[in-house]
Amino acid sequence: MRVINRHPGRQARQILTALPFLAAVIAYCTASAIRLAANSEDRLLPSLGQMTAAVRRMAFSQDIASGQYLLLSDTAMSLQRLLLGLAIAVGISFAVGIAVGMVPYLRRTFVAFIAAFSMVPPLAVLPILFIAVGIGETAKVTLIVIGTAPFMIRDLIMRVEELPRPQLIKVQTLGATSWQIALRVVVPQMLPRLIDALRLSLGPAWLYLISAEAIAAESGLGYRIFLVRRYFAMDVILPYVAWITLLAFLFDALLRVFQRRAFPWFALEYMR
Amino acid sequence: MSAISVRDVWQVYDGRVVLERISLEIKSGSFVAIVGPSGCGKTTFLRMLMSEERPSRGTILLDGRPLPDEPTADRGVVFQRYSVLPHLTVLGNVMLPLEFLGSRLLGRLFGAARRDAEAEARAMLAHVGLDGAEHLYPAQLSGGMQQRLALAQALMGKPRVLLLDEPFSALDPGTRAEIHGLTKRLWEETGMTVVMVTHDLSEAFRLGTRIVVFERLEPERGTRITFDIPLEGRKKPQEHRTPREMHILTQEKSPCDRIAVGGRPSAWSAATIIPISTPAKAAAGRP
Ligand SMILES: Nc1ncnc2c1ncn2[C@@H]1O[C@H](COP(=O)(O)OP(=O)(O)OP(=O)(O)O)[C@@H](O)[C@H]1O
Ligand SMILES: [Mg+2]
Repeated sequence: MRVINRHPGRQARQILTALPFLAAVIAYCTASAIRLAANSEDRLLPSLGQMTAAVRRMAFSQDIASGQYLLLSDTAMSLQRLLLGLAIAVGISFAVGIAVGMVPYLRRTFVAFIAAFSMVPPLAVLPILFIAVGIGETAKVTLIVIGTAPFMIRDLIMRVEELPRPQLIKVQTLGATSWQIALRVVVPQMLPRLIDALRLSLGPAWLYLISAEAIAAESGLGYRIFLVRRYFAMDVILPYVAWITLLAFLFDALLRVFQRRAFPWFALEYMR
Repeated sequence: MSAISVRDVWQVYDGRVVLERISLEIKSGSFVAIVGPSGCGKTTFLRMLMSEERPSRGTILLDGRPLPDEPTADRGVVFQRYSVLPHLTVLGNVMLPLEFLGSRLLGRLFGAARRDAEAEARAMLAHVGLDGAEHLYPAQLSGGMQQRLALAQALMGKPRVLLLDEPFSALDPGTRAEIHGLTKRLWEETGMTVVMVTHDLSEAFRLGTRIVVFERLEPERGTRITFDIPLEGRKKPQEHRTPREMHILTQEKSPCDRIAVGGRPSAWSAATIIPISTPAKAAAGRP
């Protein structure tokens, strides 16, 4: 049988999925063991035991100086910034994307501008933000908004334009006003697509969050990583990176499940 | 209910004439079937009737008044695809016109008004044979059911004119026959004026009170109406018909299945009527 027609069985599927994860862990442990055997003071590839100890210190015991569980407080701060930034970006994108996608006059006015604006490298804007609003929370949240909203706006404009023209003609012949078309036809069909855009924006959002925290912050996951970097604390950095990855992965999975539950028609229509 | 009058209409795209000198008086309550080879401009013509496009030249009047500049509720449409909304259930789709009408601000009805609309929608669904499917999404319906739904939805808007663009051409012959019966019944009950574009000549004969043939006779020129055949009471004595009219009429029962498009007996395309004048175009005209 052709390779493209051969499918793994039930058990094989689980094994295959787990395989690369296992391989990565084994490769790491081997490399770590070799380096530690050569030099027990090596800090580059700490053993699983050393990392477990670091996690215990960071996550399950109070910090002496601040009296906080550092991983917890870092996570809370980072998530607060991330979610606030994404919420603002989603709100702006949804309103602007749908309005510009639907109304020819707005399209003429804004599409080129938004396309140009989206090319501004957000990190290059960061100094401007620091000067304008200081290095507080506003700058970090704004960076996430600037980093993710243009993509979501452009994506939504295109999705709105993609709606089959006959569909829009048809609802007009049912007597709908522009406003009614927006409310009953365009918005409900754009919600699941907005979730797709949001999922794709999670990566960039984390990128801008960590960058902002690395440059100017007193808390947060990015702040911690860049702080302990000074002491070559790989035993802290690696679990933090894994934690951030896990959080991002969970968000993505959550959004996917939510999309399928909340918009059953979308899966029926587009994911057969 | 509503008469349409098309006067010397042209449609030109980028210097290319698609439709040329189309004039047509459509009587109120008639069922006009438009047939013609693929690409000759039937859809273009229908798009002008629904105000999706404006003619390059000429005028179209609806009950003596110029057509509005945009689609309006007096002209309902059913397309071959994308006629119903994928995110609404069958019931939601049929209620939608009532919700548009009853709630200008939200486009959504609540309470007693909603219950009334729902009852009306359910009655319509039963009427078109979709009872029991109220809570399915369009993607869960067969092609035939989807088109029934599209008809039901269009009729809820109480249009005076119904425009159909090959609404049944994707259906299998059995389903098509059923939906023909439904269409005819709905047309008789409502008394609307219907303009239907079709590739299927037998469909045109079964439903239409008049058949209009669109054809491009010379390659450089636009499509024109080459035949306009009233069917209302085919009582017209045969000897009054021109030979070509006779040919078209007799095709309905002639052994032209053999040259029918795709070999399907019911799929008599307009292409089958062309061989008489321009044999070369018969092949080109097939869909
Ligand atoms: N917006 C447009 N711009 C340029 N050309 C167009 C446009 N719309 C249609 N045409 C051209 O007009 C001609 C007629 O198209 P139309 O879709 O009306 O044909 P049709 O008779 O409906 O064909 P079919 O039977 O295949 O549906 C085609 O040659 C098409 O390329
Ligand atoms: Mg067409």
